[in-house]
Amino acid sequence: MTVAVVRFGGSNCDRDTVQALESLGVDADLVWHEDGLPEDTDGVVLPGGFSYGDYLRAGAMAARSPVMEEVRAAAEDGVPVLGVCNGAQIGCEANFTPGAFTTNASARFQCEHVHVRVENADTPWTRDYEAGEVLELPIAHGEGRFEVDDDRLSALEDDDRILFRYCDESGAATDDANPNGSKHNVAGLTGDREHVAVMMPHPERVTLADIGGTDGRGVLSAFAD
Amino acid sequence: MTAYTATVTVRLKQGVLDPEAETTQRSLERLGFELEDLRSADQFEVDLDAADASSAEQRVTEMTERLLANPTIHDYEVAVAERES
Repeated sequence: MTVAVVRFGGSNCDRDTVQALESLGVDADLVWHEDGLPEDTDGVVLPGGFSYGDYLRAGAMAARSPVMEEVRAAAEDGVPVLGVCNGAQIGCEANFTPGAFTTNASARFQCEHVHVRVENADTPWTRDYEAGEVLELPIAHGEGRFEVDDDRLSALEDDDRILFRYCDESGAATDDANPNGSKHNVAGLTGDREHVAVMMPHPERVTLADIGGTDGRGVLSAFAD
Repeated sequence: MTAYTATVTVRLKQGVLDPEAETTQRSLERLGFELEDLRSADQFEVDLDAADASSAEQRVTEMTERLLANPTIHDYEVAVAERES
């Protein structure tokens, strides 16, 4: 398994992601978006950062860059694709997943640790966890509020496509535990097919015990087979 | 071909929270102004040449749907006017 970590101008979680994957024994390479996906790509991460300076809307430009058509084709062939933070914004802008990540309710950039509850443990991204398990993950975003119309949200919930919800330490998805005003506390979700997923919190930042925890390892271990 | 300027206004759909507008409103109120509400919108001016106004509008509408607006959260308007070239 070689995972392509796609680097755009302004990506800044790309090297962390490669290191995190390698700590799990997964081969990973940085791929400059203009170079296109290597032929042996069998996983894709869209990493965090500020691609294209967040011009227009976070992720809007990167979502429409040529490499994304290659990522889309790979996803259609069954290649797992994960968008984290700016990568999640790119994934929504590219319609890999429904909804949009937009300005935090606080109107501020927020960099903090939060708790999320695993909603569906029967996906490649969550199978190392139990449903209802509470993880501590970092967020670092100004535009992470999940917006989607109510009908679409109900359909996502009915189809078990919500991966994580923001919650308090005990697992209660309250308004107080919702850092950015996301609808129904949604922190991550899957696309039409479960091997495509986006999430605002950063699993790659909590993969090594020495630097703050290992709660994110389970997400990235989707690439480990 | 005729020269046109299309003005695209992109605004949040009704009911979608606009934290930046709320912050701006609070700031105006702190300055002592009285107001009921404040909404923000993005405006783009696109200069283009087209056979007629309707084909200019069609092209700019496609630009808006493909990139300038995000249909999940935005409504938009396109207004086309002839431009002095």
